[in-house]
Amino acid sequence: MIFSSEIIISVIMVISLTLYAVKGGADYGGGVWDLFAFGKRAGKQRDVIAEAISPVWEANHVWLILVVVILFTAFPPAFSTIGTTLHIPLTLMLFGVVFRGSAFAFRSYDANKRESSTWSLVFSVSSILTPILLGITLGAIASGNIVIENGVVKSGFIKPWLSPFPFAVGIFTLVLFAYLAAVYLTLETEDKELQEDFRKRALITAVLTGLLAVLVFILSGSGAPRINEGLGDKWWAWAIQILVFILASSAFVALLKRNYGIARVCAIGQVSLIIWGWALAQYPYLVEPNVTIFNAAAPAKTQNFLLIALFLGAFLLLPSFYYLFRIFRKL
Amino acid sequence: MDSLLAGRLQMAISLGFHIIFAVAGIAMPLMMVIAEWRWLRTKKEVYLALARHWSKGTAILFAVGAVSGTVLSFELGLLWPNFMEWAGSIIGMPFSLEGFAFFTEAIFLGIYLYGWNKVNAKVHLISGILVAVSGATSGIFVTIANAWMNTPAGFELLDGKPVNIDPVAAMLNPAAFSQTLHMMIAAYAATGFAVAGIHAFLLLRDPKNLFHRHALYIALAIGGVAAVIQPFSGDILAKTVAQNQPLKLAAFEGQFETEKGAPLRIGGIPDVEERETRYALEVPYALSVLAYDDPNAEVKGMEAFPEENWPPVVIVHVAFQIMVAAGMLMMAVSLYSLVLVLRKKKIFKNRNLLRTLVLCSPLGFIAIETGWVVTEVGRQPWIIYEVMKTADALTPMPGLVVPFVSFTLIYILLGIIVLLLLLSQFRASPDYYENSGE
Repeated sequence: MIFSSEIIISVIMVISLTLYAVKGGADYGGGVWDLFAFGKRAGKQRDVIAEAISPVWEANHVWLILVVVILFTAFPPAFSTIGTTLHIPLTLMLFGVVFRGSAFAFRSYDANKRESSTWSLVFSVSSILTPILLGITLGAIASGNIVIENGVVKSGFIKPWLSPFPFAVGIFTLVLFAYLAAVYLTLETEDKELQEDFRKRALITAVLTGLLAVLVFILSGSGAPRINEGLGDKWWAWAIQILVFILASSAFVALLKRNYGIARVCAIGQVSLIIWGWALAQYPYLVEPNVTIFNAAAPAKTQNFLLIALFLGAFLLLPSFYYLFRIFRKL
Repeated sequence: MDSLLAGRLQMAISLGFHIIFAVAGIAMPLMMVIAEWRWLRTKKEVYLALARHWSKGTAILFAVGAVSGTVLSFELGLLWPNFMEWAGSIIGMPFSLEGFAFFTEAIFLGIYLYGWNKVNAKVHLISGILVAVSGATSGIFVTIANAWMNTPAGFELLDGKPVNIDPVAAMLNPAAFSQTLHMMIAAYAATGFAVAGIHAFLLLRDPKNLFHRHALYIALAIGGVAAVIQPFSGDILAKTVAQNQPLKLAAFEGQFETEKGAPLRIGGIPDVEERETRYALEVPYALSVLAYDDPNAEVKGMEAFPEENWPPVVIVHVAFQIMVAAGMLMMAVSLYSLVLVLRKKKIFKNRNLLRTLVLCSPLGFIAIETGWVVTEVGRQPWIIYEVMKTADALTPMPGLVVPFVSFTLIYILLGIIVLLLLLSQFRASPDYYENSGE
């Protein structure tokens, strides 16, 4: 049972989502700090952010595409359910994706730099809106409010996502990404003053992350009862939550002590475990309350071929990513 | 506007926009790699400048291609959830493989663009080659998925549902080879011609600049070779269509009646009510020969099929004519350039050829857009040929006109910005003259 192809594929999907969050998410966080760059080093802060993101953001972005293609290949009904009921937040998120990526590229390659402040603004504002909408979507998927019966959308196109819980998840996602970015950015510059700037931002968002985690948990009581239950009464859920707390505290202490390398490892562990705790609490549901990884699974032959493709792809991909990050000193 | 039309138009705009950037993302890396390779071989600085210059254009185009491609992967579910629910397990495979090709492309493009001073020359060149190869690979996989919609395979129907799904057989569907071949060659032809046209324009103003001369040779070599072989791949594809989608072929040709020894119609406007195509130049027997290699072969007309399954024949026929005309013009110009080169003429000094190339620079993209209309509108009313109607695939989401209008405005805006940025890049292109000791 535990090694069924549905479960293995789901695990790969959550791994991809985790990588998207800790890599691609931080690129969005970079956009947040671009907007909140101020003081006499604002220009320098922006330069560090741009230099850190430029070579890698497109590669990091592909993790999201991988999540989507795995979802529609291995669990087609889940993809169609999400696409149908969450049309509005997803479309808004796509606007954000388009504006963020294009504005960033335009700013980098505008030969006469004339419009660069406009591009900066579009880039940073869309870097803020996109993670919020991603979080809203994930919150709505977990809410248990999405119901399609015999092709008819019973839950409507607005109600599942326009409520406090998905919005809290949206803000939480944004702050997590900003937190990750601030932690990484401390290691992207040798300049002590800039490091202090990013350290301050990391510490502030670390505190915000903790507060929002509590808020999301409280709101899940009525907003996503299954997640709430899953996190509340299983021993492993408590183990994960305690681990997240330990990692978050370690990251905080490491930041206070300016041990940025350790802070980065702890922050990555913290965010990854939040996603895994969430995924486990939601298991086996892809979309609550009707779609599970078992009743939405594609035929075995498709799943097996997909698994083969994913393993072969991983052999191609992981060394390439390792090489990319090593060249640009991100490991 | 009804929902189906809005959904179809949104998809058409999204694909029509993305295809430009996808195609450039396939062919531009090849050109920049050739320039870099020439630099390593000849040590002439001008080639390095060219590689760097083209790589900047590639970076802009790739970024917009990446985000508009992301939009498409979601739109499959946002607009056509029933299609994806039905077909995801059959054609998800090529999309998953495309995902890995896209990853490879993005990773090595990052290394290529930002690694000039971080990796050695050989590694840098190899990164560029990997970008070019993976760009082509992802184009192939996406086209395979589209070919499946034209010639669905790899499953059996049971009560309207697919059973015995075989994703590999689905990828090896009858149109997969000919359609990918045609699309890939189109990518090189269109991009090569567009870039050659731009450098031809700049050469007219700055005739001694070696930068544009070398650029012209590389771009025209790629665009020209592709344009010369493209009609042959078109012929292979037309035979595939004749075999698998005879109604679609009839719409291409404005062929209403079933007829032995059917003529090829050049131009003309189909009149659906009168069931004839007027004002066309007819080449006797040519359609029978092209489709079936036999002057007396019977070509099925549209009348052999129920009218409710006809695609909008006027759009399909006219788009097909424009595509073929653009392709033929490009082939003629390419052959003419080839003759000049073989006669050791200096094409960069031939102002008439340069002017012609400027005029021809959008032809490849016109052919791609109209070709895309031919294959997509020509498949209507089906989303999966003879299996699922487009109308049945549509989302129940109301108000689809809103996202359609929004995406259209966004893409128009982005298109203008990209154009302006590329123009400013070209205005800033470097000078290399013969006596400057390049």
